[in-house]
Parts: sequence; C-alpha cells; structure tokens
Amino acid sequence: MRCFPAQFQEKCVAVFHRELRRNKRSARFRVSAKSGNALSLILVLLLAVLVAGCERPQFSEAEKRTVASLALSALPPLKPDTTNRYADDPGAAALGATLFFDFSLSRNGTVACSTCHQIGQQFQDGLPQGMGVGRTNRRTQPLAGVAFSPWFFWDGRRDSLWSQALVPLENPLEQAGNRAAYARYVKARFGERYERIFGPLPDFAGIPASASPLGSVAEQSAWSGMSDGQRDDINRVFANIGKALAAFQRSIMPKETRFDRFAAALAAGKEPKDDAVFSAEEIQGLKLFIGKANCSTCHNGPLFTDHAFHNTGVPPVADLPPDRGRIDAVAQVDADPFNCLGVFRDGGPEACGELKFMVRDKPELIRAYKTPSLRAVAGRPPYMHAGQFGSLEEVVAHYAKAPLSVEGVSEVHPMQLSERERVALVAFLKTLSP
Amino acid sequence: MVLGVLAVVYMTAPNTPPAAAPETGQTRGSEKGMFVATFVPQDGAARQNELQDWVLTLKTATGKPVENATVEVSGGMPQHAHGLPTSPKMTDYLGEGRYRISGVKFSMSGWWQLKLGISAPTGSDTVVFNIVL
Ligand SMILES: [Cu+2]
Repeated sequence: MRCFPAQFQEKCVAVFHRELRRNKRSARFRVSAKSGNALSLILVLLLAVLVAGCERPQFSEAEKRTVASLALSALPPLKPDTTNRYADDPGAAALGATLFFDFSLSRNGTVACSTCHQIGQQFQDGLPQGMGVGRTNRRTQPLAGVAFSPWFFWDGRRDSLWSQALVPLENPLEQAGNRAAYARYVKARFGERYERIFGPLPDFAGIPASASPLGSVAEQSAWSGMSDGQRDDINRVFANIGKALAAFQRSIMPKETRFDRFAAALAAGKEPKDDAVFSAEEIQGLKLFIGKANCSTCHNGPLFTDHAFHNTGVPPVADLPPDRGRIDAVAQVDADPFNCLGVFRDGGPEACGELKFMVRDKPELIRAYKTPSLRAVAGRPPYMHAGQFGSLEEVVAHYAKAPLSVEGVSEVHPMQLSERERVALVAFLKTLSP
Repeated sequence: MVLGVLAVVYMTAPNTPPAAAPETGQTRGSEKGMFVATFVPQDGAARQNELQDWVLTLKTATGKPVENATVEVSGGMPQHAHGLPTSPKMTDYLGEGRYRISGVKFSMSGWWQLKLGISAPTGSDTVVFNIVL
C-alpha cells in the first residue's frame, strides 16, 4: 500500500509508535482493545500491518512552499533595464560578447573580461582572488543570473550591470586601460558595428591617445586637458561599451539543476524520476537548509540570494589591503558619474529607487558583503568574497561556529550541527548543480 | 474505519509549532496615543524583494486627518540582527492625511518591524507596524 510517493515519506511505524501513543484518541482506542474486544484487537493488528507499509509526508506544507520558492521555475522573467536602452538589443549583445572576450581591452593586451569570467567555469576563475594585470582583492563572481541583481561587486559599489562593466576596464589590477584608448580602439576595430547600434562616434581629433580621470598621473592630466565636450564624448562611448557588455551578460542564465527537478516533482506531488531522486542525506540537507540551519533566510528565492549585504563574520585575508565591505562602497556608488542618477542613464529616474533609497550610514554595513547565489556552488571553490574557504565543509563549519567579526557585528549566531548534519547540508548544496 | 484511523495518524504527525505571531494590524494607535495610523502597500500586497510604495494615513485620536506631518522610517527584523535593506522615505503628501512612503523593501520572509517617527504641528509620536512575509 502506497499513500504518497516514496520520496516524500518516512516510514510511519515511527509515527505509530511515537506519536500515536501520545494521542488521546489512540489511547481510547488501546483501552478498548485491552478490554478484550477481539474485533478491536484484530483491527489493531491489521492497522499495524497496514501502517508498517505506509508512510507519512516528509515535507510540511510550509516546507513545500519554501522549496517551491527556491526552484528555478519561480524565477520571474528578467525585467527590462530602462537605464540601458540597448539591454535587449541583439546587436549590442553580440558586440558585447565580442568585447567580453577581447584581450585588446586591456593595458597590455593580455586581459579580457573572460580572463577572470571564464566561459567553461561558470564565468569565474576558481582562484581566491581574481588575477588580471595584477592580483585583485576579491573573488571573481560567477555570472549566471547576474542581471537580476540590483547591486554589483561583493560590496555593491555599482548599481547597474553596465556601470559595473566599466570598473575592471580601468582598474589597475584588472584590465588597467583607460577610456580614451578604449574609445579609440572601438572606433578603429568595431566602428561600423558600434555606429549601427549607438549612432555616430565622436570626432577624435585633439583627443589624447590615453586619458582617464582615474588613470595614471599622465592619463589624469591628459583628461583634465580635454574640453568638457570631449570628455563627455569619450564618457559616452565608454558608457556604451558597458551597455554592450551588459546586453551580453544579461543572456547568461542559471541552468536547471537536480534540485529544480526534485522541487518540480514535490510541487506536483509526483514521484521524482532519475537524477531528481534525492537520497535521505540530501533530503535531510534540504530540510536543514530551509529549517534549523537558517540558510534560506539570506539564500532565498530561485537565485538563492536576497541581493542584500550582510556581515557574517568572514575573516579578512592577511596580505590584502583593509576591506570594510559595503560601508566603503556607499560613497563610491554615490560618486560614480555612471550611476543611475547620472547623465549616462537612459530612461527615466523612476528606475533609480535602489540608489535613491540606499542605506547609507548604518553600522551594520561594516564588513557586509552581498549574499552570493548558491546555484552551481559546489563547482566553484574557493568561497567567500576573497576566497577565504577552500571547501563547502569549511563554509558550513564557519556558519556553525559563527566567529565574531574583526570589525562590525556578525549577524550569524553559533549553532549546534552534528557531523551528519554538516555532511547532509553539503550533500544538498551539491544538488544545486546541473 | 481503518481509513479514519489512518487519517488521525497523519493529522497528528509532528509539526513545528508556529512562532508567536506579532500583531500585524494595518491600523494602529501611536505609542503616546496622539495618532491613529494606517499603513498599507500602495498596490495592495507586500511582496518580497521588490521596492514598493506604501501609503500612511494619519488621523488624530478624534478621527481628523493629520496634515503637514513629516515621517521618518526605521526598522528591521527583530529576530535577526539587521535593519531594513533600504532607507524608505516620505516622498509625497497625497491629501486628507495620506502620505506616500517610498523605497520600502523586504529582502527575506519573516517578521519585519517598521517604526514610523511622526512629527506633526500638534506634536510628535511613534507608531510601530509589524509585517510578516
Ligand atoms: Cu532577516
């Protein structure tokens, strides 16, 4: 006798023994059996046989709702990005793809976006800190579903995918180039393609070969020697490079995983098939993830992130510069000329709510970092914003131990997790890979 | 009969007891009793992880609309060690004691508290709303 699909049940012998005994109704029932009523006795025996073969649902209705909320099928369609009118322009996305893999978009011709965001590696690099022209301070993030985020980088120092794309291009540790050189390069190499999408390129006569407000001393003085109109022209080409890169990156989406197939079966009340069948350990891990271990508090929704910033007491890396996370990013995004409230935004200012209503001065921003997505997480150690932990086991151990933060206050509290529970959590996390 | 007993077995399977639910009424009196405040999402329902506008309606204890008030918003999740993911602000006076509060966002499910510090010509008071997602 099967009352429910086997995946969603436990033997209810345990229920019979443990729970039924506590139940008043069953107590009355047993009394009547003891009173010598043979029919009742037979019924009890019959019931025991039936119950032994039967099982009870393994997920409560609340748990089922949480599981459904984490499934990829719950991901809404990507909203248009009105701040980038080329966001869904196929020509812009194609140019963006070309630029993404172009090593010439760097000071020395050896670094592209794809150097750290490697296509065969979930668009990340497997290193504790990204390696561009130099060693950066932060872990390269994967790109699946990146366009759903309101904030970019671990500390959210940019507020759009297109303004984010401009930062590594000029960061001396990443691509280390300058916007005047990039604009010239785009004209020389992709001029026709660019103009078909974005309209006429500016007149480059009198514009220095290298110039940027953020570059070397020479580049900065070349930049300040340019006229306002020239600077605006170059900034506009630079912004459009970012908008093309963003149009490409919007197409990078998470893939369906074993967990999603399991969740679909659970939601439909069907027996999971093939690789969607979860082991007892994986089910235990899932229940811990959405229950006692409190993982899904922050790792919520179909991308397993609340898109917000939290101090979770992750230790600093000894030989890296001081890193205070979100608290230091607020002024940077406010000052960014390419932010949502700046002149390079397309569309109206109603798209700028996140920046307008950004939390600017709370102590909880100290060493707060963006909750990363956990999709396909098992395939990309090391973990945390500077690759502090080499394995998922170490991550789970960190959250169970919940050490104090070196600065600010960690939101995480210590929690007893048995060895079996830790193993189960890691087993569940592995189901988030295709 | 057997089916009936089985049903009892299922119904008595252990369940996590729900946490003590906070008072989630959309109309509340302020702490000193100066105002009666109603606070609702402008488009009807609070949704997780979306910036939303809310409408605050302020009345005096005798039911008159409160005009020319300013509203400061703070809050967070009492059971978690964090505040709001955004800084909601009063962005508009809509007339008849109604004020638009913009930039409200709830980044996770659970119990949220919004504390509205209200300053009106007649005096200042605070009202706290519990929102459970
Ligand atoms: Cu919370």
